[in-house]
Amino acid sequence: MRSHLVNLLLFSGLVATVFAMLLRDQTRERVRFGLLAFAAFVLSTLVIGWITNPFPR
Amino acid sequence: MSESRAVSATRDSSRTVAAGLLAWVWPGLGHLYLGRFGKGLVLMGSILALFVLGVAMDSGLQLHLGLEDPLALLFSAAQMGVGAPYVLARLLGYEAGFVKSPTYEYGNTFTAVAGLLNILVLLDALDTARGIRR
Repeated sequence: MRSHLVNLLLFSGLVATVFAMLLRDQTRERVRFGLLAFAAFVLSTLVIGWITNPFPR
Repeated sequence: MSESRAVSATRDSSRTVAAGLLAWVWPGLGHLYLGRFGKGLVLMGSILALFVLGVAMDSGLQLHLGLEDPLALLFSAAQMGVGAPYVLARLLGYEAGFVKSPTYEYGNTFTAVAGLLNILVLLDALDTARGIRR
């Protein structure tokens, strides 16, 4: 549980699943939306982390 | 005819209230009550997993009442959104968390987001009971 990446993946996967279930009605649409939301969570976090890396404080 | 409509409206409103209460008490239970078994089980599993992982990451579940620290009050309200699991975790002695733990802030985020998501699930259950959503 001390891995930032594992925490990010767990959080993104679970939140994306809930959003997909709430915002889409068809199974196929849910899977597509869930994968997109998961990718958006993970990629945006990595990009923001990379941009802010030179400014630790 | 009008009497049967009144009976039907009463039944619908009590069904809506029951779905809303069940959805708050236990994540996903409102959808199960409404017959949305697949959706209810997935929502229940996801939100409970978020909350349990948060508690396992040493999240604090302290109860803040009063307006001297509004942000702590909001945070506490967000965590309480998950319903009975919050009460259960506190009864089991997980209320204090462990502030020095490296995962403390992660845990707080997981538990608060679980509660906030359950509020969205509750609203979805109410809409489903009213026939606004499928």
